[in-house]
Amino acid sequence: MCRGFGQTGEIIAAGMEVGGDEVGAEGNRVVVTVLGHDRVGIIAGLTEILARNSVNILDITQTILQDVFAMIMLVDMGTGTVDLKSLQEQLDLKGQEIGVKVTAVHEDVFRFMHRL
Amino acid sequence: MPLTLNPGEILETIRMVEAQNLDIRTITMGISLRDCRSEDYQGIARKVYSKITRCAERLVRVGEELQREYGIPIINKRISVTPIALVADGLAADELVQLALVLDRAAKEVGVNFIGGYSCLVHKGMTVGDENLLQSIPQALAVTERVCSSVNVATTRAGINMDAVYSMGKITKQTAALTAENGGVGCAKLVVFCNVPEDNPFMAGAFHGIGEPECVINTGVSGPGVILHAIREQGNVDFGALASAIKLTAFKVTRMGELIGRRASERLGVPFGIVDLSLAPTPAIGDSVAEILEAMGLEKCGTHGTTAALALLNDAVKKGGAMASSYVGGLSGAFIPVSEDAGMVAAVEAGALTLDKLEAMTSVCSVGLDMIAVPGDTSAETLSAIMADEAAIGMINRKTTATRLIPVPGKKVGERVEFGGLLGGATIMPVNRFSSVAFVQRGGRIPAPIQALNN
Repeated sequence: MCRGFGQTGEIIAAGMEVGGDEVGAEGNRVVVTVLGHDRVGIIAGLTEILARNSVNILDITQTILQDVFAMIMLVDMGTGTVDLKSLQEQLDLKGQEIGVKVTAVHEDVFRFMHRL
Repeated sequence: MPLTLNPGEILETIRMVEAQNLDIRTITMGISLRDCRSEDYQGIARKVYSKITRCAERLVRVGEELQREYGIPIINKRISVTPIALVADGLAADELVQLALVLDRAAKEVGVNFIGGYSCLVHKGMTVGDENLLQSIPQALAVTERVCSSVNVATTRAGINMDAVYSMGKITKQTAALTAENGGVGCAKLVVFCNVPEDNPFMAGAFHGIGEPECVINTGVSGPGVILHAIREQGNVDFGALASAIKLTAFKVTRMGELIGRRASERLGVPFGIVDLSLAPTPAIGDSVAEILEAMGLEKCGTHGTTAALALLNDAVKKGGAMASSYVGGLSGAFIPVSEDAGMVAAVEAGALTLDKLEAMTSVCSVGLDMIAVPGDTSAETLSAIMADEAAIGMINRKTTATRLIPVPGKKVGERVEFGGLLGGATIMPVNRFSSVAFVQRGGRIPAPIQALNN
């Protein structure tokens, strides 16, 4: 997590550090997004799934945007014991249980769209 | 230095997909069939089937994998092949129809929903093989489900082959007649082109051009809904700001096509061709190009100002998209397929959008008179004349234009026809009732314009 002062002195806002390797590389990092109403147990419920599958959490950020609770986790599938499809299914199921919408997609989607 | 993305950007992407219909409209695998020539029909058919099923075996599966991993819907997986007239020059018309059935079977085997390339290029003249293919088109489109056909009748360099244009009027009528019980839907799979691109991934006009490699992956993005949202968010800003907003959004949308295209190419072991950054509408709510034009300040798409609005939109989309990909190609601009765009259909029904206005719009956007339903009793000569008009616009302006006209058997102006799925439904539009017979019957070529002499 980047908080504090950057190399040129500007304040870097809290955000997700995303792989800086060249755009062509197919890394192993996945962005998990959670949207819904805030309640107790969201983080616990979802991180439990990640832990169970040995998926390492690299970063968590949380924000309220227009009354919608949004949590974003950057996770590393490299240490995990499942493939993305299976993880998506487990997270989706848990999300339905808790009452939030969970998506898990490869970080490249966001890198490609928002950076040159 | 590592990149940092903020939550706003991540949620923006998620919203584009979930609420604004951002998708990859198609991954199209282009396959060369040039090495499928043989002594006779049997040989060609065997080689064609084998090559297509071999090359495209994993196409659909990879498309589904990528959709899951990246969370961007990939709506269609399709195939385009070398124009069949080139592959099968020498076959008789009925053998060509059999070959169309082979293409259809191969498409079903690999699971793609359309296979384009039942095509010929006759802008300067026709070979015997071209003639046979043209004559076989109505039957081929009637007996197959997934085969798409296209004919290039003009280029800026060659002029307009009016003999071919005259034929295509008749062939369109025959195609409609043979598919009459489905509203003439055969005509929805037939495109007549001027300045056809060799790498267009969208149906029905896709084929794998001669300058292309063995096999290639092209993607077609979409996103009228995303652009619409961006425009509405801007509110009442001046044209410069409007164009900027569209450019920025087009960049983001095209980046998705670039990402998916590159990954598909890596996983299939096939070179990446181009991203076609066309704004392609669907019948779904909020996915309409007409609505974009209306959001720009027009009460109804088709009123005065529509051509200017479309010119701005088309240009801004291209500028934004061009930064987003190393290889942009295909048609790349805004599509105005009348039956596939709910807003267009509504504009026609309201009497705001006419064929004449659509023709004007084709001079500033990427496609032509697309998915236009006209009365079933429209004469072949009138259809030819409409095609000639479109070809002239393309020829003089050095751009691609096309017609996909559907004379719906038994239907009159104002009535509805439903084709279903991505093809949507359309309201029959009136054509000019005065005759063009003597004009289109003259024969020969309209010569290439002076701008063709640019050496």
